Amino acid sequence: MPLAIAPFLFGAAFGVLALDAGFGSVAAVAMSATTFAGSAQFAAATILEDGGGAAAAIVAALLLNARYVPLSLAVASIFPGSRKRRAVESQLIVDESWALAGRSGRFEYGVLIGAGLLLYVLWVGGTALGTVAGDLLDPDAIGLDAAFPALFLALLAPYLRERRAVLTALVAAAITIVLLPFAPPGVPIVAASLAALIGLRR
Amino acid sequence: MTWLVLAVVGSLTMVFKASGPVLLGMRELPPRVASVVEVLAPAMLAALVVTQTVGGDQEIVLDERLAGIAAGGIAVWLRAPLLAVMVVAAATAALIRLL
Repeated sequence: MPLAIAPFLFGAAFGVLALDAGFGSVAAVAMSATTFAGSAQFAAATILEDGGGAAAAIVAALLLNARYVPLSLAVASIFPGSRKRRAVESQLIVDESWALAGRSGRFEYGVLIGAGLLLYVLWVGGTALGTVAGDLLDPDAIGLDAAFPALFLALLAPYLRERRAVLTALVAAAITIVLLPFAPPGVPIVAASLAALIGLRR
Repeated sequence: MTWLVLAVVGSLTMVFKASGPVLLGMRELPPRVASVVEVLAPAMLAALVVTQTVGGDQEIVLDERLAGIAAGGIAVWLRAPLLAVMVVAAATAALIRLL
C-alpha cells in the first residue's frame, strides 16, 4: 500500500510544484513520463521556481540521476532480448523497482518490470492529477519520507549475510555520510558506488 | 526553458538507465568485474538508506525520519514483512511529527 500511495502522492506534489515553476500541465506530465525519477524532477522544478536558470536545473537533475548508471550496471544481467528491447525495458528502473527486484538477494526480471510499470502509471497519473486538482495530501504528514529509507534498509538486509557485502555496505554508507554536507545532491550516492571495488578483493 | 530542461534531463536519464542492460546485457562478465557488480547492490542500497534518512540540501538533517528508520530497523530485525516495515517507519515518523 505505501508503495502504491506514495508515488501517487509524490507525483501529485510534483505536478503542483511544476506548475509553480512555470511548467504547463503538459510539460509536467511529459517530464514525469520521460524522466521518471522523483528526486531529480523535484530538484529541477525547485531550481526553476527559485529562478535558478535552466543550466543549474539540468546539472542538479543529472547529478541526482547519475546513480542510475551503477544501479543499471548492477541489474544489467536480468534483461533478456534484443538491445533495443533492453533499452526500452530498462526505463522501468527506478530506485524502488530496482530495490524490490533484488529482494531475494538476486535480481528478478518479473519483479522489476511489474513494480516498474505500476510505479510508472502511478507516478505519471499522480502528476497529471496534481496539475488539475492541486495538492492531495502532504506525503510527509503521513511519514512516507521515512517509509522509503526503511524499505531500502529492509531490502539491504538479505545481502548482509555475506561478510564482503557487509563491508561494502558500511564503506558505502560512510562515503555517503561524509560527502552529504559538502557535495552537490546526488554526488554522494554515485561516489558510494566506488565501495563496490571491494569486490575486487578475493 | 522548461522544455529544454525536460528534453536534456529526460534523454540523458534514459541513457543512464539503459547503460547497464545495453552495454553489459546478459553476457558473461569476467569474474573480477562480476564480483564488483555483485556488491554494487548492497553499496547502492546503503547509500540510498543514508541519503533518504539524513540527507538534506547539502547538509545532514536529523529529523523524524531518523525515528522512523530506527523503528523500521527493529521491524527488519524481527523479520517483519516489507509492507509492515514501511508502515511501522511511516507511522513512527508521522506520530512524532504530530506530537
